[in-house]
Amino acid sequence: MKELLILGAGTSGTMMANHLRKALPKKEWNISIVDQEETHYYQPGFLFLPFDLYKSKDVKKKIDKFIPKGVKLINSKIERIDKDSDTVLLKNDTTLKYDILIIATGTDIAPQEIEGMLGEHWQNSVFDFYTFEGAKNLRNKLRTWEGGKLVVHITEMPIKCPVAPLEFAFLADSFFINKGMREKVDITFVTPMSGAFTKPQATEALEYLLKQKRITVVPDFNIERVDGEHKKIIDYADKEISYDLLVTVPTNMGDDMIERSGFGDDLNFVPTDKATLQTSVNDNIFAIGDATNIPASKAGSVAHFEAEILTENIKRYIAGQPLKKEYDGHANCFIETGHGKALLIDFNYSQEPVKGTFPFPVVGPLSLLKETHMNHLGKLAFRWIYWNMLIKGKHIPFVSATMDTSGKQLEKSV
Amino acid sequence: MIVDKIYGELCVTCNEQGYLTDLNQWTKDVGLEIAKEENIVMTDKHWDVIDYLQDQCRKQVALSIRKIGKSGVVSIKEFYQLFPNGPLKISSRIAGIPKPVSCI
Repeated sequence: MKELLILGAGTSGTMMANHLRKALPKKEWNISIVDQEETHYYQPGFLFLPFDLYKSKDVKKKIDKFIPKGVKLINSKIERIDKDSDTVLLKNDTTLKYDILIIATGTDIAPQEIEGMLGEHWQNSVFDFYTFEGAKNLRNKLRTWEGGKLVVHITEMPIKCPVAPLEFAFLADSFFINKGMREKVDITFVTPMSGAFTKPQATEALEYLLKQKRITVVPDFNIERVDGEHKKIIDYADKEISYDLLVTVPTNMGDDMIERSGFGDDLNFVPTDKATLQTSVNDNIFAIGDATNIPASKAGSVAHFEAEILTENIKRYIAGQPLKKEYDGHANCFIETGHGKALLIDFNYSQEPVKGTFPFPVVGPLSLLKETHMNHLGKLAFRWIYWNMLIKGKHIPFVSATMDTSGKQLEKSV
Repeated sequence: MIVDKIYGELCVTCNEQGYLTDLNQWTKDVGLEIAKEENIVMTDKHWDVIDYLQDQCRKQVALSIRKIGKSGVVSIKEFYQLFPNGPLKISSRIAGIPKPVSCI
């Protein structure tokens, strides 16, 4: 028997387990998947949790519920990968041998990377919403917060779901209006990028949202430290921004296990071919989703499209055929703008988000780069699609793994 | 939208934000002219940073403030002193490489 080992049972790893159990003959291939958690979180729901739009139970289910029959789930922390002996050492001293390895260990927040971010103020006046605990603690804070200066902040790129901080600012505007206290809250969006929007078409189509929602943007702010005592963030140019409530997206890093294994970049992301998803670590090691260093968004939709292509490439690798250089960076993301509306963007490595309709030309029913109620319904429906189709490896009808240009208004783009 | 811009005796193509669309068209004179537009007086240290950025771009490595801080070429503080008010976007423009962008 041959062994295929998947590290991480989050969105990417679970999808690969489902795809590959169908694709590989059970008589020839054992498939195992390792994860230290017992809960599978619906991470897009972390955006809604702080505003009481979702409850805790909406975003968590038992991890084993989504691992198919015929795949062995191992609940353990991972010590390291030994690429030279094709083995993975677990924290419980078990050694797992593999013929093919898939790294799907994702990314996590690393607030310790910024001086002063952690401390007594962490989860008290400084919050994240990229973890279940962080989102829940922030919800409790917002339930009783009486207003003041809310600063929504991105530490550095790349981050998981790059639009989530902006969505947070939009939903905060809605939330405080609905609570009848918008006048008591000042919302500032602080980013290391050149603006809240950086792509020409998105800037032109969406800049009005910031004015409409009275969100002040501070661009080009690269944080050096947090002064928790005086409630200030300070950047490398000694620019200071004060806050009463700081909602930050800390540095995002890959798993420490990558560093212990002796590969990965300075943020512990795995060097991976952006078209085939084979790593440069070893021919029999592949990587998917947030764990890779490819220049695509760190997002569930990216993992979904990658999973379809990686499944094909694993089959090709086993058959000794050349790998398909097919992944084009396709991502598809809903962006909540508050008040029951949302935007949808569909793009890849080379095509920036543009206006149009999705998935069908003219009829849509979803609109690209435009606020509609239908897009918001799409975002809400996505939770059902995630639990029932996406992580089970079912193909989502009419949505291809590579980006489709039909329905998009491309004539204006560069 | 792509526009042609003339820097000194050279004609180069830029995007609407003034970033070169092809690094191969870049010369030191072009960099110098763009630096003037950005009100930067170039020194050897500035050029060291520009060399590093171009090298990383050719290797298809995504650039970040963190990477530059660890490059051994400059510290992040020095980088801010050399190219004040948004060092990465300004130095990228002078280097003739794309502006760092997010997905929207």
